[in-house]
Amino acid sequence: MTPRWATRALACLAGLSLPILALSACGGSSDSSGSRELTWFVAIQPGGSIEKVAETCSKQSDGDYVVTPEFLPTDASQQREQLARRLGAEDPSIDIIGMDVIWTGEFANAGWVEEWKGPLKKQVTENVFPNVIETASFEGGLYAAPFNTNTQLLWYRKDLVKKPPTTWDQMIDQAEGLKEAGTIQVQADRYEGFTVWANALIESAGTPVLSAPEKVDLEEGPTTKALEVMGRFANSSAAPPSLSTSDEDSARLAFEGGESAFMTNYTFAYASAQAEAPEIGKKMGFARFPRVDASKPSKPPLGGFNLAVSSFSENKDLAFDATACLAGKASQLTAVELDGLPPSRSDLYTDKVVTKAYPGFAELVKESIEGAGPRPTTPAYQDVSLAIQRSLHPPDRIDPDDATSIYEELKSNLEDAVKREGLL
Amino acid sequence: MEANAPANPNPPQAAASSRTRSERKLAWMLCAPAVIAMLLVTAYPIGYAFVLSLQQIDLRFPDESGFVGLDNYVSVLTSELWWEDIFNTVFVMVTSVAIELVLGMAIALVMHRAIFGRGVVRTSVLIPYGIITVVAAFAWQFAFAPDTGFVNGLPLISDEMDWFGGRFSSFAVIIMAEVWKTTPFMALLLLAGLVTIDGQLYEAAKVDGATAWQRFWRITLPLMKPAILVALLFRTLDAFRVFDTIFIMTRGSQDTESVSILGFNQLISRLNLGLGSAVSVLIFLCVFLIAFLFVKGFGTRLDEGRPGG
Repeated sequence: MTPRWATRALACLAGLSLPILALSACGGSSDSSGSRELTWFVAIQPGGSIEKVAETCSKQSDGDYVVTPEFLPTDASQQREQLARRLGAEDPSIDIIGMDVIWTGEFANAGWVEEWKGPLKKQVTENVFPNVIETASFEGGLYAAPFNTNTQLLWYRKDLVKKPPTTWDQMIDQAEGLKEAGTIQVQADRYEGFTVWANALIESAGTPVLSAPEKVDLEEGPTTKALEVMGRFANSSAAPPSLSTSDEDSARLAFEGGESAFMTNYTFAYASAQAEAPEIGKKMGFARFPRVDASKPSKPPLGGFNLAVSSFSENKDLAFDATACLAGKASQLTAVELDGLPPSRSDLYTDKVVTKAYPGFAELVKESIEGAGPRPTTPAYQDVSLAIQRSLHPPDRIDPDDATSIYEELKSNLEDAVKREGLL
Repeated sequence: MEANAPANPNPPQAAASSRTRSERKLAWMLCAPAVIAMLLVTAYPIGYAFVLSLQQIDLRFPDESGFVGLDNYVSVLTSELWWEDIFNTVFVMVTSVAIELVLGMAIALVMHRAIFGRGVVRTSVLIPYGIITVVAAFAWQFAFAPDTGFVNGLPLISDEMDWFGGRFSSFAVIIMAEVWKTTPFMALLLLAGLVTIDGQLYEAAKVDGATAWQRFWRITLPLMKPAILVALLFRTLDAFRVFDTIFIMTRGSQDTESVSILGFNQLISRLNLGLGSAVSVLIFLCVFLIAFLFVKGFGTRLDEGRPGG
């Protein structure tokens, strides 16, 4: 059946595949002028702030180094997967890492990133929000320079909602009472964004998920309260039809399309609405992330990127200097100016650049970051996050009247997760 | 294989054995590059995965590695999740391959009978197979998404339908995408079997008064059995490892996770190489078992379809 020429072609291909296996080594990090090239692996930002700060810092170094950004995908899990594969293989071509706040524990414990000490440590943490410094720390040491931070606000339609709600229960009631756009946009696809949402609700209810890297806290009363809010919302008419597949972008699109009167989302949502849907943008109000327990202040999500020096870099000293510049005051202002990324230094929130990027709500962003409830810091963070997603997704499976059984499931899954046992 | 068949029916004994031996040697030498390449790219990773699966090894905890014997296998096999995912995978595999077989057969018959535009028909049928799975998965996902898709705008379908919000609607879209993408492959393999059937058999049957259905059932199917078997085997093995479509569409949510996604979660998300390798080795064993059952269980030799085989 097989023609003879085909057999021969196959045999040739098999023989040819051998030389392909011999991969050439790549590298070389010095250009002709003598300045060292430092590679910065970082998530791409649409406004071009990454290129800009890399260029500015390279110029300021007087020819000591040239920072070349190497862009990672926009999806946070894909960024981490690519970095983990390279760092796991001890790739020396990475010098500086744009590290999501939740990777600190695992990257530090794996020995992939260098600890910050001495005057540089003091320099990069000066005036930085304390809870942002926490996200860059592991076991008492600082492993990254805080660059930008991020938080979620409650965005609402001023034309439909007279007074913004302070609690989730109020917000669900208000949404249910609306004749049009009576839904709330959140992030509840099964991905990291769901963990962000769940963690913010649990933290706002008054209990942390973990009290130590290997110790589950999750006090029963507050946790069930948070889960009941989740279940009530997901089973109410305030839940959009595609709730269990929603992410930051689908939420923003739906809000800009006028489908929803409420949305919890990061600060980019404001600039996006002004540019993409000015009609809706004009009517866009903002308030703090709603409370779960009416008597306790809410703990909004905390995101952002810290910059770390790779342990496999061949120019660590230079990389530390470069990172201090990339994460410095001027760079943070560039990031907020071009990409609307909130600075991690609290003293910048009165700066004109920031008040222009967040017209009327710069102070709210600052307060929200100060009061934020960060996600747990642990080397087993991915396990913890997967366990939360597995136990609580899709959120409409939570019984709004009795979340005890889901609570038990969540707690036992988390206890396995911190010990890194079992499949997840 | 053909080289092994005796060329001369009555050769002198000694000459034949020395000639056979030198031919064998030549055959081995010709095969050697391919065999070595296969060993390097297949046997080595499989062996390495097996070695990893016997260890506690987690990239995030480099100080806590060690040999743990079969512990990883025990935790996989005693986990409910593994069995749920096996069920999901087998469900997608059986449903999609069954639909593909029927559709593929129909398309193969059409391609075989096409009188005009034969080249165009065959090429256009192959287009879905030429599209990268991830791209195809995105296309289907966008089509069914409640916000961007056109499907909810079709008559008889609710505008509010959230296809990826429920288990069986998610499975339906996943299976549709898989079927759309791989039916051409099935059709092509079946067509190859179809063209080997001697046209005279049909003419003889027609003369004897057999209906079209009888001709299909009594001549086409039995003679195509080896081709069908090969097509089914290839597609079943492929379908068992389904990853891209599910990963793009639901990332395993709504209980649609396949075993490959489970392995991905342990290996890439958790960087737990021990546990992840155990999952991978078990997937390999399942694939091996499926192939074994196909080849042994059906009692048909895969090369029977060859002319003169």
